[in-house]
Amino acid sequence: MRQTALWRSIACAAGLAMAQPALAQELAPGASAPGTASGAAQIAETPATETPASGAQSRPVSGGTPAGPNDPVKALTADHAKFAILKGPFASGPEVTAACLSCHTEAGNQVMHSVHWSWDYQNPATGQQLGKAHELNAFCGNVASNEVRCTSCHAGYGWDDVRQPAPQDPTRVDCLVCHDTSGQYTKLDNAAGHPPLDPVKEGAKTITGAKATAVDLVRAAMSVGAPTRQNCGSCHFYGGGGDNVKHGDLSSVLFDPPRAVDVHMSKDGANFTCEACHVSDKHVLAGSRYNTDVAKAHEAMQPGADRTTANCTSCHTDAPHKGPNPLIAMKLNDHTDRVACQTCHIPEFARGGVATKTAWDWSTAGKTRDGKAYAEEGFTQSDGKHLHTYLTIKGDFEWGENVVPYYAWSNGVMRYTLPEEEIDPGQVVEINSIDGSPGAPDARIFPFKQMIGRQAYDLERNVLLFNHVYGPGDGSALWSYYDWEKSLKAGMDYVGLEYSGTFGFVDTHMYWPITHMVAPKEDALNCESCHAPNGRMANIAGIYVPGAGIGIGGQLGLVIFLMAAMGAAGHGALRVFGRKGGHHG
Amino acid sequence: MAERQVKVYTRFNRLWHWSQMVSILALVFTGARLLGLHQLIPFGPAVVIHTGVALALLVLWAFATFWLFTTGGWQQFVPRLQGMVKVARYYAFGVFKGEAHPYHKTYERRHNPLQAASYFALKMALFPAIWISGLLYLSYGFWDAADGQATWLTLIANVHVLAAFAIAAFVVIHIYLLTIGHGFRSHVQPMITGYDTVDLTPEAEAYLAQKGLLKD
Repeated sequence: MRQTALWRSIACAAGLAMAQPALAQELAPGASAPGTASGAAQIAETPATETPASGAQSRPVSGGTPAGPNDPVKALTADHAKFAILKGPFASGPEVTAACLSCHTEAGNQVMHSVHWSWDYQNPATGQQLGKAHELNAFCGNVASNEVRCTSCHAGYGWDDVRQPAPQDPTRVDCLVCHDTSGQYTKLDNAAGHPPLDPVKEGAKTITGAKATAVDLVRAAMSVGAPTRQNCGSCHFYGGGGDNVKHGDLSSVLFDPPRAVDVHMSKDGANFTCEACHVSDKHVLAGSRYNTDVAKAHEAMQPGADRTTANCTSCHTDAPHKGPNPLIAMKLNDHTDRVACQTCHIPEFARGGVATKTAWDWSTAGKTRDGKAYAEEGFTQSDGKHLHTYLTIKGDFEWGENVVPYYAWSNGVMRYTLPEEEIDPGQVVEINSIDGSPGAPDARIFPFKQMIGRQAYDLERNVLLFNHVYGPGDGSALWSYYDWEKSLKAGMDYVGLEYSGTFGFVDTHMYWPITHMVAPKEDALNCESCHAPNGRMANIAGIYVPGAGIGIGGQLGLVIFLMAAMGAAGHGALRVFGRKGGHHG
Repeated sequence: MAERQVKVYTRFNRLWHWSQMVSILALVFTGARLLGLHQLIPFGPAVVIHTGVALALLVLWAFATFWLFTTGGWQQFVPRLQGMVKVARYYAFGVFKGEAHPYHKTYERRHNPLQAASYFALKMALFPAIWISGLLYLSYGFWDAADGQATWLTLIANVHVLAAFAIAAFVVIHIYLLTIGHGFRSHVQPMITGYDTVDLTPEAEAYLAQKGLLKD
């Protein structure tokens, strides 16, 4: 992870600036001057040591030295660098968490009620049991049987079997992955969420694909603060196994994006952290790609107004366009009951120089050269980096930068093709399909990344199959043995589902809502992007788009007009032909 | 009966006509852009011009309607059947044989029956259709919460475009008909100078002379 000092959370709504941990660490113990009030004086005069004070003002063992009246004033009421209990030593991540929980007694419980922890989500709109622990996707397919690799990004430690709920012990919650601001905390890519600690194995990698170096848990523990882009991004920017692979609108560019890539997150823009929009309540963060808030209008900045949703209108309202031309502003506002903000204001995704994976054909995985796995690097990213277009372990890929989204009516609800759901192999299988009917009040035309896949299914039972890809040394993992038969059998056995033993590959589509990388307004789509023949709304039902084609009224009108014109021309020609009745006056 | 140069079009009448002409041309041009028939100007400015000109034209229409009713000018546009067949026959047959136009315009009725019927249809059907649909179209933001508004908007837009083409068709025929009879120049001239040649009874002549509406 990179250093994040400049990207401190701006805590925008409250206007608070976060304390700089570096500054906190420079504070000399006992530098405070005696206070005037007797109680305060008593504490301040106590020699500042790491042992707790005794007597009436005694503090819990975890406590640190309170700042005196002559110390610099900090924005927060607790300086974690001062807490004795955070000075370690720590032998593991859970030990740090135990220290955190000694004060924040309810925090572990809160986290364990979030999807960050449970990877389990019951969609109230469809009743479907979703979440990473259950669903299938168009990338690596499934978590089950591949845990220690996939759960490397779990907000916890040691979840090595997703057939069971995540561990019940609150010290298994990983506080640091979200709250470390030292910039050096990270997780191994294959250790079920544990960080790299001394001694780090040769060749070990972190969840971002970087070479792993030992994490200093004490430094991390003393640095804790509100999550920065660095914290969220170290997992979310690398979903699907690499930078921007999965989402398309979440890449490492967003650690420090230029204004043109993300007007909200750029230092030259609003300098938002993720949490500026994904506001949290009891460690549960707003925003969901299973049940997205696409249509709720919010009063802007009114006292008490609901801002607990990650929605553009939470701040901008549903009539955000003002001048300079009031008529254009009015007409643009007329769109907001039909068109999501993102549709115009995220003209393309995977901007800023990091490509996203747009197609993944698993059916070609397993080819070897001289019995060995090989790779092809057929795509060159705009920064010159070569990206894989074939891997023995994964098959063929396609990549895209500056990708025009796929547009669809959406009420925010995603309906998944779940395991054991019968598919029609003659059709493209929608791994998730977008709910929402054209013109419905709760639906908007929303941009998506359409992921094109080709995935394994049971030829006899017509269901998608679980694949076992990660498991060095177990004799069946696809990524080690390149054998689909063994991989699929192991995957289905692991989850206890029936498998006929014969498999094929079926074309799939998966949809990811595009909502990040909001461009500056001058880069938003212009009218002609849609108001033109074959414009971006060409395949969208239920809307009338002037300029996109001539409707029935126009066609009828054109016929009337042409008949009039031809009638006049014919009448005129007859007059000229007869050389009579013309200009005799 | 004597043919005299009578002031048939007042200053307001001519101003009305020509501003209407300019407005309608601008509306047809920008409207065609919005419909996608050409890309000579960007969409956004086309929306602004189309809306601005339309609103200005509506104001002009409001004045013109007031003026027609206060001056009695509205009576010019009341349709009637008398003589209709003759005129229709003329345009269908007679005009090719060099016959003279069967209608003689009078001061009270400067339009022939077919012309009056056309103007009546224009004013009573096409103009209301275009401005009612246009205003509804423009004010979408005020009624977009209504049920089935997408269907309504599509319907309104289609009516608007259909009416626009019908008006454009009217313009084509209107201009074409100026070439019939005394010819284009002599037909356009009265709308510039205000004076046209009209057959007058001695009484009418005397009356109009007294009113100062005759050219010496």
